[in-house]
Amino acid sequence: MLHTLSLLVRNHPGVLSHVAGLFTRRGYNIESISVGVTENPELSRMTIAVGGDERVVQQIIKQCQKLVDVLSIKDLKYDESITRELAVFVVKTPSNQSRAEIIQIAGVFNARVADMSETSIMIEVTGNQRQIDSITRLLAQYGIEEMARTGIVALTFPSKRKPEDSLEKE
Amino acid sequence: MKLTGAQILIESLKAEGVEVIFGIPGGAIMPVYDVLFDSGIAHILTRHEQGAIHAAEGYARTTGKVGVCMATSGPGATNLVTGLVDALMDSTPIVAITGQVPTHLIGTDGFQEADIYGISIPATKYNYLVRDVNKLAQIVAEAFYIARTGRPGPVLIDLPKDIQNAVTEYVKPKPVSLPCYNQYFQEINEAQVDKAIQAIEEAERPVIYVGGGVIISGAHQELYEFAKRTRIPVTTTLMGLGSFPGTDELSLGMLGMHGTKYANYAMGEADLILALGARFDDRVTGKVSEFARNAKIVHVDIDAAEINKIVYAHIPIRGDVKKVLQVFLKKLDKAKLKTYDKWHKQIQEWKTQYPLTYENSEDRVIPQYVVEQIYEATKGEAIITVGVGQHQMWAAQYYRFQAPRSWVSSSGLGTMGFGFPAAIGAQVAYPHRTVFTIDGDGSFQMTIQELATAVQYHLPIKIAILNNGYLGMVRQWQQLFFKGRYSHTFLGSPDFVKIAEGYGAVGILITKKAEVRPAIEKALETDNTVVMDFRIPQEDNVYPMIPAGGTLKQMIG
Repeated sequence: MLHTLSLLVRNHPGVLSHVAGLFTRRGYNIESISVGVTENPELSRMTIAVGGDERVVQQIIKQCQKLVDVLSIKDLKYDESITRELAVFVVKTPSNQSRAEIIQIAGVFNARVADMSETSIMIEVTGNQRQIDSITRLLAQYGIEEMARTGIVALTFPSKRKPEDSLEKE
Repeated sequence: MKLTGAQILIESLKAEGVEVIFGIPGGAIMPVYDVLFDSGIAHILTRHEQGAIHAAEGYARTTGKVGVCMATSGPGATNLVTGLVDALMDSTPIVAITGQVPTHLIGTDGFQEADIYGISIPATKYNYLVRDVNKLAQIVAEAFYIARTGRPGPVLIDLPKDIQNAVTEYVKPKPVSLPCYNQYFQEINEAQVDKAIQAIEEAERPVIYVGGGVIISGAHQELYEFAKRTRIPVTTTLMGLGSFPGTDELSLGMLGMHGTKYANYAMGEADLILALGARFDDRVTGKVSEFARNAKIVHVDIDAAEINKIVYAHIPIRGDVKKVLQVFLKKLDKAKLKTYDKWHKQIQEWKTQYPLTYENSEDRVIPQYVVEQIYEATKGEAIITVGVGQHQMWAAQYYRFQAPRSWVSSSGLGTMGFGFPAAIGAQVAYPHRTVFTIDGDGSFQMTIQELATAVQYHLPIKIAILNNGYLGMVRQWQQLFFKGRYSHTFLGSPDFVKIAEGYGAVGILITKKAEVRPAIEKALETDNTVVMDFRIPQEDNVYPMIPAGGTLKQMIG
């Protein structure tokens, strides 16, 4: 099962190496990782998607908590948080009909056509992981020339935020 | 007051109470060595950086203080890596300082440049690359704080040469405050202790299983009182040796792969295991799914990540073992304690039936006999350091450790060549105590050049080589599990007496049983470094033994 871990870390060089290195050293597989600044310039937020059973994820959380640069770590629950990913595709369009179909698919997923050429079309889409997986599968029928995904970013809904949720080190 | 980075570093080390540094100078650390020259801090020049960090570990393990080692950039720094991982695995407080090429050369593949910051991330508890001389004093203070607090460990500071030379106003560091580093300092959950006491009241066959955490936290007296009052038998890991007197009636000795049969049987039959500062290493558990299946497990550890890592803990208690045991002792007054008579009778039967023993009839130099004689001759009061292999297990089995911090073994990483340099650190810390290295011929040859260090600094270390001419433990496994095909384990070791003499130490050859005790006595009377070459039988094995990944029922010997 995929878990979404949200870490607040000190914003200084080497932190990503420390966190990513921990996953390598302990034999955990990172499905995706994204890092960016937060409202506090001294802190960065890392969102890490990781697979594994409950016990493995608990162990990952505890090992991450030990890192000197990790301020807090949360295991985000699906129905209490927003998780978003950006994906960009270049899809082949051998015919006008396929191009029209692709634009239709993009419409269903609220995706945007970013560029177009005689033989291909560029689509950008934002959504949760299931949505990105779905549009990827549909576009694959036409032939995906290139694609890039950002990895997910996530936050707990303010209305669902509970102090005991936070595994912040006291 | 304007100071250079090098001067700030030395001032900071003095402020931390550093008395001695183990290391080797080189190009990228020379400004620091120049200040060190008349700083008043002692320096031990080892012959290899691995020797320096193992010596720092020996110093740290026997004193409880932070051990400090220093090396230059590139190869000097990379030679520390084994020791860093060793210290990480055994939770030993170390601060390692490495020179680095000047900041403008970092990343250019400059001469003697290595990315020791990147290399040491998984090898340290924390590490620093200093890029601003104004932050140096604070970094050193933080490094020592992180190394010695919580679950101790190694911290590396990489210091570029231009930062060593940069001049700035020296400002004393502020008290260390790390907002992200306080998970170790939470309150003890007393309700969990109550649950554990209830489990003790309900148990019929309890065992206390003690690891290195008890020694690190200085909890040996609390442990002794706890065991005596509850009358629960005590077994220790390799790291836990010395935390409980090996001669006490409640002592089961060491458990695990080469533990006593009675300790392993007791663990197998236990209905309650009180794990104190121990981490359920595979050398202890064997096959995890079969380990202590009928026991309720209470796990006390300062490191939350150790709890439920290997074995599920029914009653986890997070905290420093010493403080947790103090809570236990306070609450014991009201507990309805049993005497566990039936359990003690059972254990006594196992002890009688399966004593730790060896064949000693012939006039050969039997390794177990050598260890026993060292134990008797030193009255159990020596500091014993060991390498890794058969000799390490014989030492663990037959030297009955009475006091904490008297046993120094590379237990987690299993670093061959650890013992002798560790003894250098121990002897530097305790010039007037007897420091004995029990080593194997294979292990000793991995850091044999440190004989020069021991002789140079007049360290009267006694080195007992249990010499069977083989990489003995690997040979034992080849004999038992690889049909006796001794693939590349024969060493045919050199003449250690001549080597000792070549370095200016004393060498003694022992080939007969009758020569064993006199050789040890002579070594103890000599105030020089002494190498004793005990020629033991080539194919003696360490027993009892549980094969790797095996269960208690598969115990051999």
